[in-house]
Amino acid sequence: MNRPYRMLQNGEAVPRREIPELSLERFQQELLGGIEDGWRVVSYFGAAEGNAVRLYAVLSEKMEGVLGVMTALATAREIPTLTPYAPQLHLFEREIAEQFGLVIEDHPWFKPVRFAPPLATPLGASAGKTPKIGLMDFYRVEGTEIHEVAVGPVHAGIIEPGHFRFQCFGEEVLHLEISLGYQHRAVERLVQGPLTAVTRKRMETVAGDTTIGHGTAHTMVVEALGGGRVPARAQAIRAVALELERLANHTGDLGAISGDVGYLPTASFCGRIRGDFLNLTAELCGNRFGRDLVVPGGVAFDVSGDLAGKMAGRLQKAFDDVANAVDLLWETPSVMARLEGTGVVSGETALEIGMVGPAARASGLNRDIRRDHPFGIYAMSHIPVETARAGDVYARTLVRWLEVEKSVEFIQEQLTHLPGVAFQYPAGAIAGDSLAVALTEGWRGEICHVGITDERGGFARYKITDPSFHNWTGLAMALREGQISDFPLCNKSFNLSYCGFDL
Amino acid sequence: MIDTIVHMVLVLAMPPLLIGVIAKTKALFAGRVGAPVLQPYYDLGRLMRKGVVISDTTSWVFKAGPVVTLAATLFAALLIPLGKHPAPVAFEGDMILFAYLFALGRFFTTAAALDTGSAFEGMGAAREVTFSCLAEPTIFFALITLTRLSGTMSLTPMLQSVTLTVWTGTGASLLLMLFGLFVVLLAENSRIPFDDPNTHLELTMIHEVMVLDHSGPYFGCILYGAALKLYLMGALFANIAIPFSGGDPYLDWLIFGLSMLALAVGVGVVESVMARLKLIRVPQLLVAAMILTAFSLVLVVR
Repeated sequence: MNRPYRMLQNGEAVPRREIPELSLERFQQELLGGIEDGWRVVSYFGAAEGNAVRLYAVLSEKMEGVLGVMTALATAREIPTLTPYAPQLHLFEREIAEQFGLVIEDHPWFKPVRFAPPLATPLGASAGKTPKIGLMDFYRVEGTEIHEVAVGPVHAGIIEPGHFRFQCFGEEVLHLEISLGYQHRAVERLVQGPLTAVTRKRMETVAGDTTIGHGTAHTMVVEALGGGRVPARAQAIRAVALELERLANHTGDLGAISGDVGYLPTASFCGRIRGDFLNLTAELCGNRFGRDLVVPGGVAFDVSGDLAGKMAGRLQKAFDDVANAVDLLWETPSVMARLEGTGVVSGETALEIGMVGPAARASGLNRDIRRDHPFGIYAMSHIPVETARAGDVYARTLVRWLEVEKSVEFIQEQLTHLPGVAFQYPAGAIAGDSLAVALTEGWRGEICHVGITDERGGFARYKITDPSFHNWTGLAMALREGQISDFPLCNKSFNLSYCGFDL
Repeated sequence: MIDTIVHMVLVLAMPPLLIGVIAKTKALFAGRVGAPVLQPYYDLGRLMRKGVVISDTTSWVFKAGPVVTLAATLFAALLIPLGKHPAPVAFEGDMILFAYLFALGRFFTTAAALDTGSAFEGMGAAREVTFSCLAEPTIFFALITLTRLSGTMSLTPMLQSVTLTVWTGTGASLLLMLFGLFVVLLAENSRIPFDDPNTHLELTMIHEVMVLDHSGPYFGCILYGAALKLYLMGALFANIAIPFSGGDPYLDWLIFGLSMLALAVGVGVVESVMARLKLIRVPQLLVAAMILTAFSLVLVVR
């Protein structure tokens, strides 16, 4: 059935007047109808408009490879909830309520998302002040033999802050609730207004370990709005950098998973090899995380034939090392026994809550932006999508490893056939009154940036959806009926971003 | 007299070295240089100079925990013979005191953990007592087997009766017993595959999580006591595993020292080549160890 969405491609801008405006009721019906028809919510957010909040929904349809966008105006503070019918919306609805002082009626889980003050309150501020961070009514299981374990926000390891509340029956976890927001920096508010020199820097550090992923998504938004072209050579170099980022992080994760089960050889080898991949990124642009490589119109640094050859050699060597280290994992029965069957997220659950990235693929969901909504060089040069079925820690480990293999092949191919000569074209001026959507497949999964410009070409609203936003619920589900002692391992197998979520 | 002095010096000074050797072995397996083998001594020195932070919610039990545990372990150190040299204190039935001095230490460690009122430490204490319930029968099966072989209930004559001739006679039984004892040695000293002393992940640890709130000299006592416990259980193991004597008392000390280092390397190798067990699998392995030692008793009694 045809949906009244404005269809667009990944990395395309549309004038705001072309976006169909529906009544709130119709908007919600079309949102649910689309989800039933197999569309997936990529981003769902609000923007202040006069004395109302304009809601935007961006959906993805992977068979056709199109995105759909529609909008509605909410003029009352109360909006009925859709979460009971589409659980993947639950965090989006909470976020909209928090950012614009709205109330989502009958939301089953109506709590703060980041404990941050609202972006704007066009419909009047909600009663009471912004709650203090972490102060909320956690879900409780009652019973004399139930005990509650609170972990964080300060952790024993050197990781980012987040609070985890377990309801346990002995060693068994009945429920896990995750409370984040400790890293909130108001990124979305900071990038509103005209594009400045620091905008791109801020975007690259939305999640520091996904510099290329977020940086590319942002430049795609700017390029879509500016209407400029990007040389094929730059697209290839961007893809190389994106895959190197994936390699470094996946390798680090494989090592960290191995370290968590107490298997040291792989842990220490992978820790070192991760550095080799980061150093290859440094060869591209002088920064190990790829800062300032991706710029509007192309890339800031070219890759010479010499450098490409040198990188290919070093990449192969690093890959051989990581293959050796990871083979140790598969060959050690005690490691396999520890990973298999731990932290299972079923395919149905993953689909329902809208998981993305390697974690979703490990639960059998065949989704990958590089294939479903190809951007840049991925439209020409395909990379196979790897999935597993079990949805346990083993599956998430396996998918990471398979992606490492495919990424190395992909980079080798790109480095040997770098197209063209030009690596940067001038970027055009930002178009006013438009909306641009850009999706990239970062190493954690789908990254979505949506930029909406005002009549002067400044950002009226800039929405970032990090893959962690989709996946944190998955971690909570993985622990359900699991062992509390398996939590660190499950957490490591997801390795979600705190700052990417907290924005 | 000389033997008693050497016994005391070894027991007091050598235990942290074992921890250092284990860490070094693991580092080499992982392709790293690793911390120096004397690192545990530096760590103890650092902890002893540090201040202490004590939670308001705790009582005297919290402070008594590390002290009583260390005292009990030190007393146990007087009861175990090192190699072919008799223990400073030996009497009929001391094997039961030896086993229960460890139990006393464990009782105070878990009581101190519960005293903090922390959810983590409560979980750790629950795990510790559950697993030690399963480990204790293994030790007693082993001791009863040795009693049956030697006709005595005192550790010194009992362990010194294990000679090459006994090994040739009841080798199968002793091998089963050694395997069981090794499993218990790893479990009781929170080594991989039972516990991982290196991951500081509060939700998965057993022993480490019970002592999260201890700091400074108290924590030093705990670390030193843990090393000592490993040393004593290692000595029990080595006494059975190394049945021969060098003939010369000094040579015997040397053999004993080297066998302890070899044991530490062995523990390091085990930790390097395998991952931690799932926590729910730990009881299965402990029960398996118990059954092995029970069989060793059956073989001797039949």
